[in-house]
Amino acid sequence: MTDSSALQDGVTTPTVDAGSREFDAIVIGGGHNGLVNASYLAKSGLRTLIVERRDFVGGAAITEELRPGFKFTTFSYALSLLRPNIIHDLGLVKHGFMPLLMPASFCPMENGDALVMGTDRNENIIEIARHSQHDADAYDQYSHDIEMVVRAVKPLFDKAPPDLFATSPDGVAELAELAQHLRGVDKGVLHNLVRLLTGSAADFLDDYFESDILKGYLASSGIIGTKVGPMSQGSGLVLLFHGMGEHDGSLGSWAFHKGGNGEFTQVLARAAQSFGAQIKLGTEVDRVITSNGRATGIALADGTELSAKVIVSAADPRRTFTKFVDPRELPADLVDALRRYRYQGTSSKVNFALDGLPTYPSLGERTDMFRGFTNIAPTMEYLERAFDEAKYGWYSTRPYIDGAIQSTIDPDMAPPGKHVMSCFIHYTPYELRGSDWPTEREHMADNVQATLESFFPGFSDLVLQREIVTPLDIETVAGLPEGNIFHGEFFAPQMYFFRPAPGWSQYRTPIEGYYQCGSGTHPGGCVSGGPGWLASQRILRDLATA
Amino acid sequence: MPLTGCYSLAMLRESPFHNRVAAANQTSLWSHWSGHLVVDKYQSSEKFEYVSIRNAVAMFDSSPLYKYRIVGPDAERFLGGVLARDIRTCRPGEAQYTIWCDDRGYVNEDGVVFRHGPGEFLLTAAEPNLAYFQDLVGGLAVEVTEVTYDYATLAVQGPRSRAVLGELAPEINSLGYFEHTAAKIRGVPVTISRTGFTGDLGFEIFAASDEASVIWDAVAEAGAPHGIVPFGQTALLIARIEAGLLLINVDFEASRLAENDEHRSTPLELGLGWMLKGIDDDSRPFIGRRAIRRERADGTSRWKMTGLMVDPFDYDRKFTAAGMVPPKDHTPVSGDMMVYDDDGQRVGYATSFVYSPVLQRHIALARIRPDLATTGTRAFLEFTINHRYEQVAAEVTHTPFFAPERKTSMP
Repeated sequence: MTDSSALQDGVTTPTVDAGSREFDAIVIGGGHNGLVNASYLAKSGLRTLIVERRDFVGGAAITEELRPGFKFTTFSYALSLLRPNIIHDLGLVKHGFMPLLMPASFCPMENGDALVMGTDRNENIIEIARHSQHDADAYDQYSHDIEMVVRAVKPLFDKAPPDLFATSPDGVAELAELAQHLRGVDKGVLHNLVRLLTGSAADFLDDYFESDILKGYLASSGIIGTKVGPMSQGSGLVLLFHGMGEHDGSLGSWAFHKGGNGEFTQVLARAAQSFGAQIKLGTEVDRVITSNGRATGIALADGTELSAKVIVSAADPRRTFTKFVDPRELPADLVDALRRYRYQGTSSKVNFALDGLPTYPSLGERTDMFRGFTNIAPTMEYLERAFDEAKYGWYSTRPYIDGAIQSTIDPDMAPPGKHVMSCFIHYTPYELRGSDWPTEREHMADNVQATLESFFPGFSDLVLQREIVTPLDIETVAGLPEGNIFHGEFFAPQMYFFRPAPGWSQYRTPIEGYYQCGSGTHPGGCVSGGPGWLASQRILRDLATA
Repeated sequence: MPLTGCYSLAMLRESPFHNRVAAANQTSLWSHWSGHLVVDKYQSSEKFEYVSIRNAVAMFDSSPLYKYRIVGPDAERFLGGVLARDIRTCRPGEAQYTIWCDDRGYVNEDGVVFRHGPGEFLLTAAEPNLAYFQDLVGGLAVEVTEVTYDYATLAVQGPRSRAVLGELAPEINSLGYFEHTAAKIRGVPVTISRTGFTGDLGFEIFAASDEASVIWDAVAEAGAPHGIVPFGQTALLIARIEAGLLLINVDFEASRLAENDEHRSTPLELGLGWMLKGIDDDSRPFIGRRAIRRERADGTSRWKMTGLMVDPFDYDRKFTAAGMVPPKDHTPVSGDMMVYDDDGQRVGYATSFVYSPVLQRHIALARIRPDLATTGTRAFLEFTINHRYEQVAAEVTHTPFFAPERKTSMP
């Protein structure tokens, strides 16, 4: 962590007594959005408490030392979508915020060749040209076109969605502002936006490229975390979503936070505490206490009651609306929408402790290509076939793997000379047909390891330990329903105006004083912090006008 | 046909590490530094080299720096009269970052002086200084010799530098900041100092030139499990701005070669007043002392070198409003960028500018009117956005911008 005095502004205003039962605001859940939300509330002067069920903060963004010296990013494993204003608003750098560049993307092919993309445009052009001269040129155009769409969407991404059903003058004005923004967008850009929001990643990519490996690489961003294949309608939206991030101003780039995303959430916790927020760990919330349609506090599982005029749930919509409060207190249309809200997690993690770096036969002793994502998706068809099995309730025999040997970027992740490899796996549907995850988890991981072995002969000999995280584990350990990493699918009917439900996209709930700030709200998951930040702005405005 | 057009009969020099450097340079890009072939970046991502300095360990061939050996019974007296910082406080086994001025109190150059014994020093400099120093010897019993090409120097920098070098030479584990020690690496006698130009934990190894390859290989092998990479000039220059370290011909010019006083700077103007302890003490009559005293007494400093941190919100707003993605480019920019006050009056100029990845902010080294050069003062830095000048809010910040505890702490 830096102690650069240039960044110290000495904000430490502990305003909460340990043991106090009265607060201005209580945030349920110490994941990244809960921590972001609480930080903004505490910064504005509210006596803020964060209650976290587990014995550490981080939610699904944690780093665990499962073997001495080996640090595993159990769930979430990289950073890109984090809204840049949060870094500066919360002074995260002085608390240790440190995204590390991943200079390479490595895409092995079934024929032993590979596509290795770096940070140098001209090198990328000649590398793509090895696979297709046509695509080398098209890549610039594709990147530019995506960038233009991202820029058109960004103002909407960083703002609470207007209420489509608003009748108040403010609400109508917000809708008019949206319409005006869209009218200002170039025709071609708007058309691309609609094609991405409604179409498939495959259709969009086919318009530009002919190379299987390049399309396999790019299409991977169209499936992450979502139960779609690259040829499914809706994968375009996922592709666009993953392009919304940036690393140091480079749109669509990903970084590895020093120490993993678990260290990132530790940074957030330190920021929250520096603003005076208190964090209560190992504290399970039973319910939100309401009185006359208004939230007045929370009851903990041990029976303790804590009071506050603002209660914020950073949990997913299911727990927010059906566990912490009684669905019978909610409007029927909301309950119905939530019942139909799709989770259907399809992602797993298999994380490895490795005795050394794998090698790729055609690259000899080279290992620099591992300094970033290793993307096992040689073709779009490979991805689609992996999806086929998931459609019928089974996990992929040859899975998609988004691998990252993070210790090549951050040596503190593993002992000298040793490595950790995070592998994000698709497709592993939450509901298995005719079996269950306790039965299948090892077989699933065997498929992953066999796939890696097929690309990196000798891989298995390097494995010192493996950690298996199925959708069921994501649900039971991190609390995310059905193991959906985004608190709900990135499907158009579950985004923007409709996230998590029509009429409830502005962080409020039907219970006055009870708010939602999890990834099940706009703009969604992917460690953006956007929901936590935008919800805090809603809460502070409501308090100001109350 | 014979090649023509290189109007020098001397060959461009290769560093003592050249064989190793050339093998490691994956980019085939070379530039020149003091007549040597040097590397801007070894791999396509110079930013990764920079990240390695800040988060792991990285090595830099600094051999082209000029080096002077100053030996003799009067060596301390000689340097006491030449250098602006009090050499008497530098004991054997210690080093000092220092400057030397002209008699008008303008800075000529900066460098690091290493004291090896009561009458034995080694001074590094960015530019040739042999004649300058020799001309100042007069009747003193001291000899100044150029030893630039005798040494291979390798900087090993970053949080893991101690772990890597400690394996090769355990003596370095007890080295304090700006201390040095004799040691052996694989049997080769070396001097290792806890110094560097990155503002991080780091060391520099001095070895005889013909032993360079042994040293490079030893460091590369010991560093491999820690992810060591060689780094080039670009990564170094990002790190040095974050560290608030001045660079000659970028942030200041040597007075003795400057065109006019606009291109000259005093130590006070460069923010180096801290070097001048004891300036009122007549036991230390160094060159420029009277002029500097006068400048201080009369308050005639024109500028004060300080840091500027750009307001990230205003920066993003101005670029976004112009229909651009706000650039966050880690490539250092040298050259004047104007600085204005709230009323649009020019109050200074920045000489070095970069986006600092570790600080997530754009930062600049700038000269500001002394009355405004207090931390927290608002200023505006001028950018070119869509081919128009635009001013973006910034804040005066003391340097170093980045100073991790590990830079100076003991293990």
